[in-house]
Amino acid sequence: MKKEDYSGVFVFIEQKDQKIQNVSIELLGKAQELAKDLGQEVTAVLVGHNVEHVERLGHYGADNILYANQKDLNIFMTEPYTKVLAEVIDNKKPEIFLFGATAIGRDLAPKLAGRVFTGLTADCTSLEISAENRDFLMTRPAFGGNIMATIICPDHRPQMATVRPGVMKKSEIDTTRNIEIESIDVQINPEDKIYEILEVVNEKTEKMDIQEANVLISGGRGVGNPENFVKLNELAHELGGIVSSSRAAVDIGWMPKEVQVGQTGKTVRPNLYIACGISGAIQHLAGMEESEFIVAINKDETAPIFEVADVGIVGDLNKIIPALIDELRLAKEAKNQ
Amino acid sequence: MKIVVCIKQVPDTNEVRLDPITGTLIRQGVPSIINPDDKSGLEAALTLKDKHGAHVTVLTMGPPQADLALREALAMGADEAILLTDKAFAGADTWATSLTLAKALEKIEYDLIITGRQAIDGDTAQVGPEIAEHLKLPHVSYAKDIQKEEDSLVIKRMFEEGYHLISVKMPCLITALSEMNSPRYMNVGGVFDAYRKKEVKIISIADLNINKDEIGLKGSPTKVKKSYTKGAKTAGKLYKDLDEKEAAKKIVEKLQEKFII
Repeated sequence: MKKEDYSGVFVFIEQKDQKIQNVSIELLGKAQELAKDLGQEVTAVLVGHNVEHVERLGHYGADNILYANQKDLNIFMTEPYTKVLAEVIDNKKPEIFLFGATAIGRDLAPKLAGRVFTGLTADCTSLEISAENRDFLMTRPAFGGNIMATIICPDHRPQMATVRPGVMKKSEIDTTRNIEIESIDVQINPEDKIYEILEVVNEKTEKMDIQEANVLISGGRGVGNPENFVKLNELAHELGGIVSSSRAAVDIGWMPKEVQVGQTGKTVRPNLYIACGISGAIQHLAGMEESEFIVAINKDETAPIFEVADVGIVGDLNKIIPALIDELRLAKEAKNQ
Repeated sequence: MKIVVCIKQVPDTNEVRLDPITGTLIRQGVPSIINPDDKSGLEAALTLKDKHGAHVTVLTMGPPQADLALREALAMGADEAILLTDKAFAGADTWATSLTLAKALEKIEYDLIITGRQAIDGDTAQVGPEIAEHLKLPHVSYAKDIQKEEDSLVIKRMFEEGYHLISVKMPCLITALSEMNSPRYMNVGGVFDAYRKKEVKIISIADLNINKDEIGLKGSPTKVKKSYTKGAKTAGKLYKDLDEKEAAKKIVEKLQEKFII
């Protein structure tokens, strides 16, 4: 392998039900920055069948679009997809290849890295090009987020990385960029379908356990009454999380025991914990203080919860939460534009 | 049926604490456990053994202390245990790790290989699919259920929203989710057997058909350039005089800074 032969920042475009997934659009934004630093181009690699709005890939930053459009590739299967991408790497020799760290990307990327003999860095939170030697610097958390490590892949190409949804930012849409689509022709044989999909079941996640949620909106006695928990639910929905509670809210009967956080409830460590009207008794703190990022909203500025909060807001949660829901919607709209 | 379960001994990251002054990990006194996804993979193998009859081998790569994880697996009901240990294996990334495990697996008979989806210390989810690739085996990852039907397995393969029900012929490799089951406890007889009757077989580089340069740190395509801790937790900023709109804006701004939204 000659490193010099490899050029270009490639992004695997994930599609589900013929729709391009957001994470891939976000990666195109990052790919644009990386390509600029390298003086190279961004190539989107789409695998699927009759995918809607392929032109969006150009609008969001792709300089080239490669599209394997075949009936057999309609739905994700590890081997046919690996075969397509391995041929792309073989023919086009990308310097960098990015994937979403999704249930598809985290299956496909390692299989592919194994096949083409290169390194792969999972769940990166930061990607940059070293100004000093053009190394691709891939930074990721380890040990449950306690340690950050910057990984390089000095002698193998492409340099591969996966990135979780929501980490990178989309670039500004530019509908004047109409990029020609180059089709990829890869023969998919029956023997490439090394397993058979018997059934596809789409469902919004089954009732999630509070210990598995990435985002928890937790309510305590300060929420005031059970009806006010509806707003908490709405906020949780907006952030892709679920509602949990303090022991006080469970003891009064506002919330069921299975969502109780604390020593006598469950220990949680989500990426985001928003404590609403929870004073923060020691037994509650013991169950949540390891959360990655903690926001606390409470009327009482001496509440112990503020001692573990990254952001503390003194105020009326029943006013702040509706305002927060509005702000989040605005932020989301701004991001999607 | 012959099943090999690949397990990893990991520090219980729930117990890992940061030193509030230096901001470094305190590893002393942190218990080692069988990685949760792997342990559920082992439970799935033992369940298949209970239902259909099977010979279950547990395989791990690690330092000599990983013997403890294998003994626990034996006490849960595994029939055989193999420890891949050698200084030459140290410092391996997922590619070199999976190659080493694959080379060991070439020497073992199997119909089914089960690995955990990912380990709690690294969270990469790469070793399972990479082993499958080295062995040219079909694999199905993110399994929440495994049923055997003659020479095939029917797997519930989870996605973010929903699942695929997949039929795959053996031999194959499956990566298991910890949500799949609640692993059984060791029983007293099992613990006795694990230490008195059963043995842990040790395999070193000399036993494998592999070159020293292909594995360990040397054989790893990726290298750690630097690592650092994010620092200890202290109270953040308290905002006392914001109206609700300002407060909401402040929260959104902080969440954006932290890439949470």
